[in-house]
Amino acid sequence: MTALRTLIDRGTMIRAGIALALFLFAILALPHLAGADWITTFTSVAIYSVVALGFGILYGRVGMISLGQVALLTLGCWIGARLAYASSMPFPLLLLATGAITCVIGVLVGLPALRLSGLYLALITLMFAGAVTIVLSVTDFPNGGGGFKGTASTGALTTSTPPVRRPSWATADVAFYRYTAIVALILFLIALAHVATKPGRAWASIRESEPAALAAGVNITLYKLWAFALASFITGVAGCLLAAQVGVPRAITFQTQDSLTLAATALIGGIFSMWGAIVAGIFNQLLPFLFQAQWGVNTNYLLIIFGAGLLQVLLTAPGGLADQFPKDMANLGRLIVRLVRGSKPAKEPAG
Amino acid sequence: MIEVNGLTVKFAGVTPIDDMSVTFPVGTCGLIGPNGAGKTTFFNVLSGFVTPSSGSITAFGENLLKMADYRRARWGLRRTFQTEMAIEKLSIFDNVAMIHEHSGAKRASRRADVLGAIDFVGLDASPRTRVGGLGARERRLVEVARAVVGKPKIVLLDEPAAGLPDEETGHLSQVIQKIPAYIGALVILVDHDMSLVSACCQTTAVIDFGRLIASGPTAEVLRNEHVMRAYLGTEDTGEDVEEELL
Repeated sequence: MTALRTLIDRGTMIRAGIALALFLFAILALPHLAGADWITTFTSVAIYSVVALGFGILYGRVGMISLGQVALLTLGCWIGARLAYASSMPFPLLLLATGAITCVIGVLVGLPALRLSGLYLALITLMFAGAVTIVLSVTDFPNGGGGFKGTASTGALTTSTPPVRRPSWATADVAFYRYTAIVALILFLIALAHVATKPGRAWASIRESEPAALAAGVNITLYKLWAFALASFITGVAGCLLAAQVGVPRAITFQTQDSLTLAATALIGGIFSMWGAIVAGIFNQLLPFLFQAQWGVNTNYLLIIFGAGLLQVLLTAPGGLADQFPKDMANLGRLIVRLVRGSKPAKEPAG
Repeated sequence: MIEVNGLTVKFAGVTPIDDMSVTFPVGTCGLIGPNGAGKTTFFNVLSGFVTPSSGSITAFGENLLKMADYRRARWGLRRTFQTEMAIEKLSIFDNVAMIHEHSGAKRASRRADVLGAIDFVGLDASPRTRVGGLGARERRLVEVARAVVGKPKIVLLDEPAAGLPDEETGHLSQVIQKIPAYIGALVILVDHDMSLVSACCQTTAVIDFGRLIASGPTAEVLRNEHVMRAYLGTEDTGEDVEEELL
């Protein structure tokens, strides 16, 4: 029991408690507080948090930079739509099947990572993202037709195109938002179960030094591909959710540069922490919504903000906002305590 | 026991290990030599990072060179690196547990084994402390804990005291001396600190330009005139030099 207590400390319990409270607030209270037009944005935040989580696993945990994560999301979206039109399997099964197929594709994309790293891997994965955009611009998304592409004979998407189905009990936007948030939570827990155990430790050793990992008996090939498999699986599931959220996905809405923006926001949020992925999801989806729909500002200005944020993170806070924000708050708290107590020096918190 | 026979390693135009034959008996053995003598290259051959062009290595009756690199840890080979490579992002416990997980040791005894190894090296920090926040001495001890967990057969220590001040080397020296009794492993220690080598090693092998130039009981080897010449490059060796070496 004492050994257990040395490993699961109070900090972990408190953090888990905060996470649970925030999650309950997000799915129970938030839909009532925010207007209907916010709900789809919240759903997108949950979906893109999962994509950022995949990026964080690859880069933050294993040290492999992949700039093709939104392209994998796009593929997941396509596969999810195709399977939804082609079959009548239950929605959870649809999510799993989409995740599994995206996982296979992701592992293939990850194969160069066994030989390449750094800039070269970044370039290869970005090329992949570009290729997905180009192929998709020709094939476009399925619209319920037959054949491999699943497009109806007219070829064009029309207003009569039936939307990708949602779970039977979550067809309304609010219910689907809750459904998405719960699936996202499950995906985060799956990732956490990896990071906190044997694969996570093996990944950390690979990130630190490949020779040292090899000397420790880590099968580097296996664990690198495992990371790609996990990241692609969760991104594929997120893609299927996106297909159901959008209803009628269009190729035009997915751009190659989205993968770059995602990488930037993931770094700003913090790639070493699960919180960072959520911050990244908020930056990636909520800010554009605020800019465009709420404030009427061109969203392209966001790229400047992301650029400045990225610079700030790379120069001063490599752990991103998820790491920096609690530190800043602690500093602020200490400052306030000092001001309240007058000249008396504030007590440093442990850790 | 490790028997090395006619080991030769060739990189383009360089021969860092040249027809080396040496035997390491059970216990703690020193491996010394001037910079560039081939010590780390020899460790890299044992780890499987470098494939020799000829020669053989038999360790406890096993042909080591036939084994895939990542399988050697499971078989019972551990090493530390000149530049300390404990994993910054993980806690002390996870750092050591990570080695245990790939060592083939029983899962049921993992917690006890890991805490035992941390205790063995005398780390007083809490096992859940992140290694990134530790000082040089503690990180070296984490590395030694990683090297001894899970009952390895062979422990290779590559300059474990590099960068440590003398008073901190003292504790490390005591820990290294206790390794053979703790897990019954054969320890090979590479270091430039002769007082550390003398304190820890019953036998010592000296290499220079990739060849064995002396081996035997440590005290005798350190007095060997070839050894002094290799280190100092002169014939003019006397008592002062010996003192300097020791």
